[in-house]
Amino acid sequence: MLRYVVKRVALMIPMLFTVALLTFFLLRVIPGDIVEVKMRADGGNVSQEVIERERVRLGLDKPLVVQFGDWMKGIVTFNFGTSMWTGQPISREIGIRLGLSIQVAVMAAIIAVLIAVPLGTISALFRDSWIDYLVRIVTIAGLAVPSFWLGMLIILGLLTLFNWSPPVTYTPFLTDPIANLSQLIWPALAVGYRYAAVVARMLRSSVLEALQEDYIRTARAKGVFERLVIVRHTLPNALLPAITVIGLEFAFLMGGLVVTEQVFNLNGIGRLFVEAVTRNDFTLIQTLVMMIAVMFAVVNLIVDLLYGVLDPRVTNK
Amino acid sequence: MVAGLLSALEIEERPAPVASAQAPLLSVEDLRVEFHTGRGVVRAVDGVSWNVYPGETMAIVGESGCGKSVSALAVMGLLAKPAGRVSGGRIMFGDRDLTQLSTSQMRELRGRDIAMVFQEPMTSLNPVLSIGTQLAEPLRIHLGMTAQEARARSIELLGLVGIADAARRLDQYPHQFSGGMRQRVMIAIALTCNPKLIIADEPTTALDVTIQAQVLELMKELSQKLGIALVIITHNLGIVARYADRLTVMYAGRVVEEGTAEQLFARPRHPYTLGLLRSVPRLDQPRAGSLDTIDGLPPNLLAPPTGCRFADRCFLRAAVCETDPPLFDLANGQRSACHRHAELERTVAARPAAPLPEVVARKDEAPLLSVRSLRKDFHVPIGQGRDGLVRAVDDVSFDIPRGTTLGVVGESGCGKTTVGRMILKLTPQTSGEVVFEGTDIASASDDAMRKLRLRMQVVFQDPFSSLNPRMSIGDTLNEPQLVYRKVRNRREADEHSAELLRRVGLVPEMASRYPHQLSGGQRQRVGIARALAMQPSFIVCDEPVSALDVSVQAQIMNLLTDLQNSLGMTFLFIAHDLAVVRHISQRIVVMYLGRVVETADCDDLYREPLHPYTQALLDAAPVPDPKIERQRAARVLKGEPPSPLNPPSGCTYHTRCPRATSECAAIVPPLREVRPGHFAACIKI
Repeated sequence: MLRYVVKRVALMIPMLFTVALLTFFLLRVIPGDIVEVKMRADGGNVSQEVIERERVRLGLDKPLVVQFGDWMKGIVTFNFGTSMWTGQPISREIGIRLGLSIQVAVMAAIIAVLIAVPLGTISALFRDSWIDYLVRIVTIAGLAVPSFWLGMLIILGLLTLFNWSPPVTYTPFLTDPIANLSQLIWPALAVGYRYAAVVARMLRSSVLEALQEDYIRTARAKGVFERLVIVRHTLPNALLPAITVIGLEFAFLMGGLVVTEQVFNLNGIGRLFVEAVTRNDFTLIQTLVMMIAVMFAVVNLIVDLLYGVLDPRVTNK
Repeated sequence: MVAGLLSALEIEERPAPVASAQAPLLSVEDLRVEFHTGRGVVRAVDGVSWNVYPGETMAIVGESGCGKSVSALAVMGLLAKPAGRVSGGRIMFGDRDLTQLSTSQMRELRGRDIAMVFQEPMTSLNPVLSIGTQLAEPLRIHLGMTAQEARARSIELLGLVGIADAARRLDQYPHQFSGGMRQRVMIAIALTCNPKLIIADEPTTALDVTIQAQVLELMKELSQKLGIALVIITHNLGIVARYADRLTVMYAGRVVEEGTAEQLFARPRHPYTLGLLRSVPRLDQPRAGSLDTIDGLPPNLLAPPTGCRFADRCFLRAAVCETDPPLFDLANGQRSACHRHAELERTVAARPAAPLPEVVARKDEAPLLSVRSLRKDFHVPIGQGRDGLVRAVDDVSFDIPRGTTLGVVGESGCGKTTVGRMILKLTPQTSGEVVFEGTDIASASDDAMRKLRLRMQVVFQDPFSSLNPRMSIGDTLNEPQLVYRKVRNRREADEHSAELLRRVGLVPEMASRYPHQLSGGQRQRVGIARALAMQPSFIVCDEPVSALDVSVQAQIMNLLTDLQNSLGMTFLFIAHDLAVVRHISQRIVVMYLGRVVETADCDDLYREPLHPYTQALLDAAPVPDPKIERQRAARVLKGEPPSPLNPPSGCTYHTRCPRATSECAAIVPPLREVRPGHFAACIKI
C-alpha cells in the first residue's frame, strides 16, 4: 500500500513539472505584462525608465530560463514568492482564501452525495416509471441550470420570502459555526445541485448495469432480501465509477467557482484567480495553476485508493 | 470424507431415491412464459410440463434459446422483470403453486428449499464481497444463525465441496479463486440450507474438461448423499449420460421428448434428440468423414411456425407434421412429440455413416509450416509494482504438412492460443523459429510479413466479439480484399464476397446485414469467409466451435472439412474438446502448461494414449452413452493446473499425475519417440 502511494507520488513529479513548464511559458507568450497593466491602467503617462525599473524590481528583465529556474527553486522549497500586484506573500494570498474554497467544495460534495446516491439508485430501481422520469428531469435541469443563476435565485428567494439575506463577510467555521454556515451553505447548495446531477446520472447508469450482473441474480437466488440485494450487492459495485466523477468534480470546484463566488460575494480561490489573470500577475497565476494541478493529482490518488478499499480486485491481485 | 462431514453438519441422510413411485417434488404443469419485447411477445416457454422426483437427477437438454433456462428461472421466480412473466400453467412444489406465491414468500423459499447454480462461475459471485460473506448470507437469513455459527458452518461447507484451507479461503474474494473453485463455492452456497432441489444451469459449460468432471462428480455425490434432487440444464448430451436419471428434451419453447437416460440415448424417439446425439463427435466410435447435423436454425419465437416446430429442420417431415403434435405416451414410458416416432428407428438404421476422406501427407514435400523450439515469456504484474515471469510456451516444435490439419489440445492456460498467435506473428516470440512456406517469419520484414499474411489467416473463437458490430457483413469481407488490392474496385470485391458467402453456406444477401442480425453459427461462417477472402493456404482456427451449440458446431466442422478437401487448405486447429479435435485432425499435439506432452497421429493417440495427462483428458471426456459411462469408474483427475507463475519443478504435470514419483519432480522429461511417430514427454513410459 505505502509502496503504491510512494510510486504514485513519484509519478506526480514529472506531471507537475510539465504543468509548470507549460503554464510558465504560455503566460509569457501572451503580449503585455503586469508592469504595463499597473502603470498604464488609467492611460497614465509613465516614462519608459520607470517601467524598466519596475520590471527589474520584479525580476522580469532576467532571461526566461533564469526566471523559470528561480520559480522552480521557490516551488521545491515551498517559497512561492510574492504577488507581483499586491506585494503580499503568495502563500498568504492563497491561505486566507483556501479555507473558504475548500469548505464550499467539501459542503457541496457532501450535499451532492447525499442527494445523488438515493436519487440515482431510486431512479435506476424504478427505471422508466414516473419516479425515474421525475429524477431524470431534475438531474437534466441540474446540468442545464448554471450554478451562479441558481445562486441568484436563492438570494432573491431568501430576500423575498424571508426578507433575509446571507451575511457578506466571511467568518471562519471555528470562530462562529452558525454565522459561517449561514453564509456558505447557499453557495454550496447552488453548486451542489449541479454536482449532484452529474453524480446521480452516473450512478443511475452504473446501478442499472450492476443490476444486470450475474451476481445479483445469484443473490436473489439465495433468497437475500431485496433491500440487501441493493445495499450490499449492487451499490458497492455501482459506486465505483461514481467515485471517479465525485473526485474529479471536487477538484474542479477548487478554483472553478468564479462566477458563483462573485454572486455570493465570496472571496475565494476562484475570484483570486480571475483577478490574477486580469492583472497579469504571473507569479500568482503560476502558483494557483500548480496548486490546482496538485489538487487534481491528489484527489485522483485518493479516488484510486478508495477504489482499492471498495474493490478487492484492485488491492490484492 | 463426505460422510464424516455430513455428521458434522448434522444433515440427515435421506434415503436413496425411488423414482416415480412417489409424488413429484416439483411439478411444472403446462408452464407458459412470455417476454414482452419491442418487436412483440416472445413465448419463450409455451406449454411445458416436467416433473422432478425427490432425490433424482433430471436433465433438461436443448439448444440455446429453447427455453430451458427460462423455465428454470420461472421456477425460481427470477424472470427478468418487467419484460418476462409467467402467463399460464402451474409450478407445484409440494402442495404449493409457486406462481401464486407473493414475492416475500418466494424469497423465503429461494435458497432454502430450492437453490440454483449458474453457468458462469466467473461472474456469478459478487466481486466486492468475501466468499465468507456470500456463503453466510443464506445461513443468516434463512436459518437465523449468528455470525459465528454461520462462519463455522461455512468452513464445513467449503470443506464439503473440496476446498482445502477453508478457514483462510473464507476471507478471500472471488478473483482469488479459479473458475472450478468458484463453481465449487457456488455449489457450497446452494447447499447451505440443505435444499430439497438444486437447479444447475449449464454448471460446467465454462469449465475445462478435467474440472468439469470434478464438478459433476461432486454434484452427483453430494446430491445422492444428501438426498437432494438435481435438475441439470445443458446443451451437451454427453455430460448428462453419466449423471442423469431422466431427461427432458426441449425445442423452441416446448418439450419434444422425455424418458430415462437409457431410453433416450439408446432409442431416441424424436428426430431432434437423435440429431443432438448424432451431431456430437464421439470418442467411443470410429471417426466419420462428416458429422450428422441438424440443418437450419431454431424458429424465431416471435412468430413460431404452426404445426410441429421442428418440421423445417426435420429429415422425417411429412404432411402430418402440419398439425401440432401432442406428447405421445409410448409403451415403455418414454414420451415423444413426433407424429412419426414409430418410423424414426427404421429410417435411422438405413443411413450409413459418411466415409472418411483420404488425407495423405505428402512425405516428400517440405511441410507448409514448421515450428521449432518456440518459446514465449510474458511479464505479468504480480502486485506491489513487481513483475512475474510466465513461460506461456516452452520449447514447442511441430510440422504441418500441406493439406493436413494439426490439432492442438489442452486446458485453458496451456499456451495453445499463444502458439497460434506466434505463428501469425500477432504476438512476437521470445525465441525459436516459425518457418512458413520456407520463410522464417521472425526475420521477415514488415513488407514481407504483409505478403505472408495473405497466405495465413485466422478464425477466432468468439464469433460475437470478433466481428465489428458497425460494419456490414459485406464490408467486413470486402475490407481485406481492398486493403491488399486483391480486387480492383468495390464492385469486384462485392462479387467476390458474394462468392465467399455461398462457399461457406450463406446466401449472398447476407452481405447487407450486420453481425447482431446473425446467429452464432452464421457469424462463425462469416469469420471463416473472412479468412478465406485472402485465398490463404493456411488457417489458424482458434477454438472455432467452442462457443456454438452442438448442432451448429457440427455444421461448422463439416464446413471446415469440406474446405480442406476442396481447396487443399492446411489448418492448425486449437481446441479443448478432444472429440472435436479428433474428428478434424490428422495429427495431434497435447499441451500442458506451455509444453508439448504428447504428439502422435490422430488414430494412434486416441487408440493408445501414452502420457498420463492425455489419458486423464480422455477419461474426463464424457461419452454420450449411459451404458458406457456408468460402467466407467470415476477416474477424476485431482487438483487444478498449477499457476504458470510458479510452475512445478521437473515434469510440470507431476503434481497431478497418479504415476508420479520423486524422480518426476527432478527431471524435465524430454519429448521422445516411444513408438514410431508417437512422441511423449514422460519418464515413466
